[in-house]
Amino acid sequence: MEALDLELDAGELELPAEPMHLNMGPSHPAMHGTVRIVLELSGETIVKADVQIGYLHRGFEKMCERGTWAQVFPYVDRLNYVSPMLNNVGYALAVEKLCGLSVPDRCQWYRMALGELARISDHLTCDGAMAMELGAFTPFLWFVKAREMVWDILEEETGARLTHSFGRIGGMAEPPTPDFKGLCRAGLPKILDLVEEGERMLLRNRIFLDRLENVGAISRADAIALGWTGPCLRATGVPYDIRKAHPYLKYDEVDFDVPVGTKGDTLDRFLVRLGEIRQSKRIIEQVLERMPDEGPLNCDDPRVVLPDKMAVYTTIEATIQHFKLIMEGARVPSGEVYSYTEGGNGELGYYLVSDGSGTPYRVRIRPPCFQITGGLSKILEGRMLSDIVPTFGSLNMIGGECDH
Amino acid sequence: MSQLVLEKLRQRFGTAILETHAHFGDDTAVVDAGMWRTVGQFLCDDPDLDFDMPIDLCGVDYPERVPRMEVVLHLYSIAKAHRVRLKTRVGDADMAGAELDSLVSIWPGLDWLEREVFDMSGVRFRGHPDLRRILMYPEFEGHPLQRTYPADKTQPLVAYRSEAEAGTPLEKLEPFGPDEGMPFGRGGLPRVAEDI
Repeated sequence: MEALDLELDAGELELPAEPMHLNMGPSHPAMHGTVRIVLELSGETIVKADVQIGYLHRGFEKMCERGTWAQVFPYVDRLNYVSPMLNNVGYALAVEKLCGLSVPDRCQWYRMALGELARISDHLTCDGAMAMELGAFTPFLWFVKAREMVWDILEEETGARLTHSFGRIGGMAEPPTPDFKGLCRAGLPKILDLVEEGERMLLRNRIFLDRLENVGAISRADAIALGWTGPCLRATGVPYDIRKAHPYLKYDEVDFDVPVGTKGDTLDRFLVRLGEIRQSKRIIEQVLERMPDEGPLNCDDPRVVLPDKMAVYTTIEATIQHFKLIMEGARVPSGEVYSYTEGGNGELGYYLVSDGSGTPYRVRIRPPCFQITGGLSKILEGRMLSDIVPTFGSLNMIGGECDH
Repeated sequence: MSQLVLEKLRQRFGTAILETHAHFGDDTAVVDAGMWRTVGQFLCDDPDLDFDMPIDLCGVDYPERVPRMEVVLHLYSIAKAHRVRLKTRVGDADMAGAELDSLVSIWPGLDWLEREVFDMSGVRFRGHPDLRRILMYPEFEGHPLQRTYPADKTQPLVAYRSEAEAGTPLEKLEPFGPDEGMPFGRGGLPRVAEDI
């Protein structure tokens, strides 16, 4: 039998030359269910990409104008639902800046430890999901197993795996449990072992590397002008980390490095996140050394901090104070403030406007991945259709945060 | 260092800088809406200021004031590690004339942010390459973050099912009413003094 494909080159079939339009998402597994990309393709090359968001818009900023300052905490949990503790702490710091409060040392260390745990879970989710979207299912399971260990610790501390609502204005909801340090010390090496194992599976895999290297690259200047922050900016080589550049809490007292990339491509973003997991572990170890086991956790400021439960049940003053804080809300002095922390994806900012009442006049969040996703179409254009999945995965777009 | 930015702005633009303050350590300048683009260009180009990163843009609505809508821009400089908040005010009571020059050609990152402010607060940006809604759907009417937009208003694309259509009692909760939430949160109570 002669080969059938001999005459294919001389075939008469002509394919249409006009660009093809393709909808990707919102219900596409790699689009996290919340983003739609309308593509104009020439063959398999992307000519134009229109990224459309808003499928998860829940009116967060409008809702905040109806409750008290403290009632915003459950909402911020649901912004970046992969690292809700960082949002809690970021919002608490913003309100405290407006109130002129500074929480006791013990609380600052505690917030750092919980925040870094949340950062580990954020990076594990992003890197794991990215690998899974490229067909590497096993590393995803490894990373999620490690993430589950992080969440076990957080659950032990806060009572909830995911939506902790654990921050409070002027402190935290509960002091650290007696086992906290032990749990972290026992859990972190296991988490890191899993990360290393997962990493070995990926970084020696030719297919995986080929799909990441030089894909979705962005220059330093472009990343800055687009307002990119966090691991995506650091992957281009700009060592801008708010924990180093403008330290808050006790970040100026601990020793850690800022991993940076060189090319700003998808592989760099992947590696920067893996590097940050190790730095977070370093930070947590130092925090555990230095966090006192005794001492006050919350500010001693009756204007914003709820009184001790025992006192609420036994004294009229504390009952009234509790009632007023819950029903009218803590009275935050009027003014405006912008407070920023390093979230899992970059600069997590809160711009708060207070009119002096118990209800926020305006709560504006600056979600880091809004601008990162805004730059997506720029790095997609001219690339191949199959590059969308790793590129989009490496940006760590979190729908709740991006869509407010 | 922190006063340098405001000092330079005042020197350069004089009366176009309506007010400046540095409450809570955040340098803030309120500029005349007509000078929005000129001031933005200066902040980007001046080698001492070098604001290369657009951080955030949002609208804050004060329906009792004229101009009503405050547009707030936060900028950061990677090289100089300093920040500034630039504000301007546009729009009368009906949001007529709420227009600003687009700064997308200075900072491309403002593309989506300006779309968001247009979508949420209703400020139009002149010269924006693609001023569409971003978070809400194209059929949506109004701008939800204006304070006059009722929080309990819904605009479903597909009408809610009535009980007659369903043929069964629909024990669904209504969207929350205007009296729910925190009724005594605002108004009524005396304010805390400006400074603590």
